[in-house]
Amino acid sequence: MRVSGLIKTAGKSILRNRVRSLLTMLGIIIGVASVIVMVGIGEGAQQQIRRQIEAMGTNILTIRPGPVPTRGGVRMPGLRRTLTLDDVERLRSIPDILAVSPVSRASGRVVGGSGNWQTTALGVTPDYLIVRDWELEDGVMFTEQEIRGAAKVAVIGRTVVKELFAGYDPVGASIRIGTMPIKIIGVLRERGENMGDDQDDVVLLPVTTVMQRMSGTRFVDQIMISAVSMEAIAEVQAEAEEVLRASHRLSPGVESDFNIRNQSDMMERATETSRTMTMLLGAIAGISLIVGGIGIMNIMLVSVTERTREIGIRMAVGAREGDILMQFLIESIVLSVVGGIIGAVMSLGLIWVMNDIVGLPSVLVPATMLMSLLFSGVVGVFFGFYPARKAARLNPIQALRFE
Amino acid sequence: MEPLIKLSSITKTYHMGDVTVNALRGVDVSIDEGEFVAVMGASGSGKSSLMNVIGCLDVPDSGSYVLDGREIRGLRRSGLAELRNTKIGFVFQNFSLLARTTALENVELPMHYRHGPKVDYRAAAKSALVKVGLGQRMDHMPNQLSGGQQQRVAIARAIVNDPPLILADEPTGALDTHTSDEVMQLFIDLNKSGKTIVLVTHEPDIAAFAKRLIKMRDGEIISDEAIIK
Repeated sequence: MRVSGLIKTAGKSILRNRVRSLLTMLGIIIGVASVIVMVGIGEGAQQQIRRQIEAMGTNILTIRPGPVPTRGGVRMPGLRRTLTLDDVERLRSIPDILAVSPVSRASGRVVGGSGNWQTTALGVTPDYLIVRDWELEDGVMFTEQEIRGAAKVAVIGRTVVKELFAGYDPVGASIRIGTMPIKIIGVLRERGENMGDDQDDVVLLPVTTVMQRMSGTRFVDQIMISAVSMEAIAEVQAEAEEVLRASHRLSPGVESDFNIRNQSDMMERATETSRTMTMLLGAIAGISLIVGGIGIMNIMLVSVTERTREIGIRMAVGAREGDILMQFLIESIVLSVVGGIIGAVMSLGLIWVMNDIVGLPSVLVPATMLMSLLFSGVVGVFFGFYPARKAARLNPIQALRFE
Repeated sequence: MEPLIKLSSITKTYHMGDVTVNALRGVDVSIDEGEFVAVMGASGSGKSSLMNVIGCLDVPDSGSYVLDGREIRGLRRSGLAELRNTKIGFVFQNFSLLARTTALENVELPMHYRHGPKVDYRAAAKSALVKVGLGQRMDHMPNQLSGGQQQRVAIARAIVNDPPLILADEPTGALDTHTSDEVMQLFIDLNKSGKTIVLVTHEPDIAAFAKRLIKMRDGEIISDEAIIK
């Protein structure tokens, strides 16, 4: 029988049992739609992370103590302390650098105004605002002089303002971190959230204040550099490496006791988890596609039994084993591919719903769509083969007599 | 001239659990082209088994069967299917039409499984239906047709590939006397046009339409004689 005839026959027999065919296809429809939507959500999350990292600035380098962390290895920040304020001074000499700031982290309970608030205190230099592209809303940033003097002054973020100074101007007011009284000299402009972090929940202090008066260390947690442009990043990174190796007196061949990462490294790291997540979601959805295939096999087995007489008649008039095999195989392929197409079309709507109604960023990945359509065809062949072979191997006499 | 059907020492044994049924025990028969043979016998006489062997639906355990010059022993299932498709037209008691499929499509069915040069299925099926007098009901489904009309569709399907042999298994078993006579008249006409017809029946009235009568009992032929009208 010609393939066109086979497809026509398959279509007829599928349309003959509309409800049953639709229910059978439902497994594949749900399977394909969920694969496409799940992967779409995962990909959407990745793109969002990427956008957020880009929003942090694409010309930023972050230097941390310790060797380059291995992929997937556990990072232990601050375990090895190697970066000093002296390093920061040396880095300043690199051309094409826009700004350099050390970051020294301390967490503390801030007391003042109307209550107290647990937040992150960052010890930085005025350059930090340039590196992060942050702006002051009110007041002033501390000066180099205040840094040298480890002055007890702070610039605070909007969240801290909201928690401690709701309703009045905090500039000029005093807070305490631990037992240390600190004067607020400025307020940062609101930044909003980035990657789940409230960027406004911060207290900026002179780096020396944090190091000398709070943590009692001469090492900084990290150094942030912003290059004049994205193109200059590679050059700046190489020079920073050189400067720091010289500063740390590392002989050639010795592993660096610090690591410099640019935004694409960070992107890599940040999207790694979400990529694993995407694969996991896709795999789970893929399993539902296989379950759908089992549904098809089930119905095809029922169909073969129901149509035993038809098979007998076809055999009597000259259908070969291969003809019967192809007839049932094509029927299951048509079922699963049509289900796949319906599922793919539905996934378009679902992705829209995810984006515009649920608010989950998701994108359509054409490759996934193609893959899951192909896979649904494979499912049709795989799960249709056994019932089709069963039909093809029927004894014509018994099939003709089947009641 | 070589006979169309030549059966020599055909045996067939069925095992149903512990029971062994010797359905055919050494059947020898030759049927020439153009004959009209009726096979009679009681239930269990082996006439259905003989029908299955002649119809290439089953292979004998031993003996030789030559159909239109081809030995069927040793043929695989696909070889048997091809013989059924090109050499034999089947007519069954229960019509055996595909349900929810028009008369025309039912008649087209054997052509779909025919290998070789493509012909105009629709035209061939129409002409076969016209031959059996159903030119007006080509688009009817089997359940919209009477028993006699359904059997005519089955006969049209049997002749559409122009096989030399028509095998009819109790073709009038489900029909009333008047319709039976009409259907038998069709077989007579087909026979006149050169088709060899082998008719299995247990009704003497129906067997009387044939020109030769083979009687079977317990898997053997007990009589084989011409019918004198």
